[in-house]
This record gives sequence, C-alpha cells and structure tokens, in this order.
Amino acid sequence: MAIELKGVSKKVGADTHIYPTDLRLEKDAFNVLLGTTLSGKTTLLRLMAGLEPPGEGEIWFNGENVTGVPVQKRSVSMVYQQFINYPNFTVYDNIASPLKVQGVSKSETRQRVEAMASLLKLDPFLGRHPAELSGGQQQRIAIARALVKNSSLVLLDEPLANLDYKLREELRDEMPKLFADSGATVVYTTTEPLEALMLGGFTATLHEGAVSQYGPTTSCYRNPLNLISAKVFSDPPINTAQVDKRGDRFYLDDTVSWIAPAKIRGLRDQTYTVGFRPHHLTLNDQKSETVQIQGTVEVAELSGSETVVHLNVRGNNWVSESSGIHPFDIGQQTDVYMQIAHCMYFDQDQMMVQN
Amino acid sequence: MNRSAKWLVPTFYILFLMLPIYWLVSMSFKTTNEILGVFSLWPQEFTLENYRKIFTDPTWYNGYINSLIYVVINTVISVAVALPAAYAFSRYRFLGDKHLFFWLLTNRMAPPAVFALPFFQLYSATGLFDTHIAVALAHCLFNIPLAVWILEGFMSGVPKELDETAYLDGYSFWRFFIRIFIPTIAAGIGVAMFFCFMYSWVELLLAKTLTSVNAKPIAATMTRTASTSGYELGLLAAAGTLTIIPGAFVIYFVRNYIARGFALGRV
Repeated sequence: MAIELKGVSKKVGADTHIYPTDLRLEKDAFNVLLGTTLSGKTTLLRLMAGLEPPGEGEIWFNGENVTGVPVQKRSVSMVYQQFINYPNFTVYDNIASPLKVQGVSKSETRQRVEAMASLLKLDPFLGRHPAELSGGQQQRIAIARALVKNSSLVLLDEPLANLDYKLREELRDEMPKLFADSGATVVYTTTEPLEALMLGGFTATLHEGAVSQYGPTTSCYRNPLNLISAKVFSDPPINTAQVDKRGDRFYLDDTVSWIAPAKIRGLRDQTYTVGFRPHHLTLNDQKSETVQIQGTVEVAELSGSETVVHLNVRGNNWVSESSGIHPFDIGQQTDVYMQIAHCMYFDQDQMMVQN
Repeated sequence: MNRSAKWLVPTFYILFLMLPIYWLVSMSFKTTNEILGVFSLWPQEFTLENYRKIFTDPTWYNGYINSLIYVVINTVISVAVALPAAYAFSRYRFLGDKHLFFWLLTNRMAPPAVFALPFFQLYSATGLFDTHIAVALAHCLFNIPLAVWILEGFMSGVPKELDETAYLDGYSFWRFFIRIFIPTIAAGIGVAMFFCFMYSWVELLLAKTLTSVNAKPIAATMTRTASTSGYELGLLAAAGTLTIIPGAFVIYFVRNYIARGFALGRV
C-alpha cells in the first residue's frame, strides 16, 4: 500500500509550489514530511489526497493510477492543523459520520466508534459538541474520525501545531501507537526536526517545493544527502563555513586547521563547505578530537539545563549548544571546541562527500 | 462624574427614541375626537374600538395578510437563491468574481423609485400586476444582493477544510451542503432572512406601485388618511402599532446573531 508520486508538479499562477517530484512513500509506515513553512508540505499532502489536481505527473496508489479519481472514491483521511469537526454534530456523530456515509450498520458503527473513542480517551464526551471541548480533545475527535474508517492512506497536516506544549507532547507520544496496527500508510508533516526524530519511521525533507531526501528518519539525520537536507533537518540551524582543503588538512583560515578524516583525505584540493550541528560545538573540551577556536558572543540563551550561544567565529555565525549553565556577556571572547569527527563536508554542488 | 449624571445621557436618549413610539401607541387607544380636540399624555377615554375595526374590516386586515404573503415569498426566494451564490463567491475563484460581487451591491445603490416604472410596465404587460409574486420578485432585486453579502461573510468564516473533510469522509456535495454546511451557518441564514424580511416589510413605493386591490400592502392602506367618515387618526395609529409588532417579533429572535453579522462588517 505505497503511495507514489511520478513527476508530480504544481503551479499556482506564476508561482511554482511543487517542482517535479518523484517520491515513493513506504507502505504501512509512518512517513514524515519535514520542511519549513511554505516549503510545500501542505500542497504535497493535498495532491496525495486528491483535493487538488497535480499540474503535471501522476499519483499512484497500490499500483493503481488515482490521479483523476475524486476524493470521495479514494480511501483517504486527513487531519488538519486547525481543528476541523462538524460543529452541529455531537462527538459521537462526528466520529460516526464516515461510517454513516459508507452505509455501515448501526450496531457495527456503535461498536467501532466506541472502540475509537476509548482509544483516544473521548468516551466521556460522546454526547457533547466539539465546541464545548478543549483544543486537544477537538483534535482527538478529528484523529478518531480519520482512523475509524480504516482508510489505507492517512494524512496528518501539522496536527499538533496548534496545541499547547503539554498536550502536544502527550499526543505525539501516542501518535505512532495509534497508527501501528492500522496497516495504513501514514504521512505526517511537521516543521520541527525534533518531532520527526521522535516519530521515527521515514522522513522526506522538503525545501522550497522540492524533496531533497527521503529515507529512514535516523539515516536522513545522520547522513544528509546534501547541504539543504542537513539544514532542514537541524534545529537550531546547522553551522557552516567555507574551508580550503590543502593536502590532508582542512583550513578555516591560516591559523585554524585540522586533519581530514581518512576516508576523504584523497579528495581533490578545493573549497568545501563544512557543516556540523550546534551540539558538536561546545564550550568545554570533549574527549573526542576537537579544534579550539575563539569567537565573540552575540547572544546567549540559557534554558533549564542547556546553554545556547550564538557566536561570531572568523566571520561565520555559529551556534553552540552545551549542557550546563554558562552565563555570558555580549561581546565577550570565548573559546569553543568543534568536534571534527562529527563534521560533514559538502562539495561545491552542495552534495555531501562520502565519509 | 457622579453616578446619577452617568445615567442621565442614556436615559434622555432612550426617552427621545421611545417618545414617538409611545405617542403612536397612546394615540391608538384614543378616539379621533380626543386626538384632535385635547392635548393629553395618556388616553382619557380608553378605547379598543380602533383595533376592533382593523381586525373586522377586510380592507384593513387584508393589508396585513397581503404584506405577510409577499414578504414571506420574497424572504424564501432571496435566501434560497443567495445560498448557492454566496457559496460560489466564498469558495471559488473565477474570472471577474470580485467585480461581480461588488456589482451586486450597486443594485442597492439606486433608489427603488428608479425601478418603479420598468417594473410597472413589465408586470402590466405580463399579467403579473397586482399579484403577491410581483411584489416579492421586485423586492428580490434589493434583497438577493443583500442576502448574498451577508451569507458570504458567514460562509467565509467557515474554513474550507470543513468542506474537504466532508468530501474525504465520502459526502457528496449536496449531502454535505444540506446536512453539514447549512446547519453550520444557520446564524447567518437567520440574519439574512431578518434583513430580507425587514426590507420587504417596510418598503412602500414598489409595493404600492405594483398593486391595486388584490395584493395591496398594509403600508399602502395606511397612507389613506381620510375616509368617508373624515379623519381616522386613532385607526391609523392602531394600524401603525400593529405594523411595528412583526418587526419587533423577528428582531427578538435574531438579536444574538445580528451582533455577529455586524462584527463581520456585512450588515
């Protein structure tokens, strides 16, 4: 039950929302579409659902071309960022509505709705109207309605974005469990890299209407194909700098250099982009091999157990993330330690070089 | 400012507003002789004779029946036509949609007198003159644009994702529209009906021009100030009082929704 986009693109007026895209999302799996706002996540979901026709290309589902098939005839359900429920129906009728339209018998409907309601902890509210419930409960209704009809494709468009922090965490933990037994292909969009990592499964990174990478979530995170994927899949943003490779060393400038990892030591001598995540640039020396560089503090954010420092290091704006509380003054000079084992190198086409 | 002074201005304002209505109601319980003869703040000789006359004389009570018939026909037609039109304006983008939407309003910019002659000629030629449907259709010219504007505002407040969710659940368009969408915007329909009702109920010129006997509205009946028995001011006041009642009645039912209509800037 895989969904496959074949050369799908979408233009609205002169704006390209989706560049020609080939993407095959894994069946029976939790797929995450990760990208910033306006990267085309929602458009891609709407194309998969059939709510919008693609400008070009075809959409295949279960080995069948469904490009022109109206949404009513597809086995798709969708949950939106806004809490969308039928305001004039009770919670019970909201969840039961797809079954009613399908002509499922009354007794079976009751049984399925009640099972779904208890799974989503909605059983005390079945007689109430959605507007009387909290945002988290309203979104649970929408999720229950999407699940109750056992559709083979479930699309979730930033379903937790409008919820407050606590509810979001709670529902996020439940999310993969809810869909585990459904046998459906699930596509979930989010702007938060952390959310993608927590949900697991597979991730596609999206940037400005183009899919830059698709694969198992952890491997996307560890081995980004290119600089764009690395940037999309990093929060706080990934640190980058131009480095020159000369012989077996990388030079940030004349005074800061480090030895290239053995695997890429044989690469051509030229300018590369080095990228490393903020938690690999620390305020104290680590056990692994590090390079010490001095930088100027621009902003320091202290959270409960972490210190995030924005630094200017030789003209590059970097972010350092360390555990512990380290107060800083703005403009202060400090030493930071870059863990070179975790550096990723990108060539001039922004493709990651193999290491 | 002390407490009593704070109430002074609203009290005067309300008194000022209520005075003509009080005077009308008070006159309706007086005899014509008292109205013309003495200045009295309340009826000296309380009488229900004026009301009895209206409820027994067909030339009077038929006026109310005629008015109610064409007002109801007009309200039903206006809202029924405006619902799909407003849905199209709120949900679809098409060539010239914004111009068309604005053009609808321009129909309300012309005074009804402009249309009195063409309607009169048209209805006389087609045999619709002096029928209830003639007045109802004429009022549609003003009420349909108004209803479209009001309903479009309410419909645009409903996210289009609601429509999509229904389609994804398997609803056909019409099933969704009738079972889910119309109940969702019930408040808007109430407000639109109220304004259609009100406009049609108070409009005099077209209603008077397009009728003579069979569909003569109450407002036209009221404009004859003198009859064979001379001036009947008490009777007119009673008729006026009865004319206010349906409006007050309708306003009572939609009072909560009207505030929403005003908030949307469409009323």
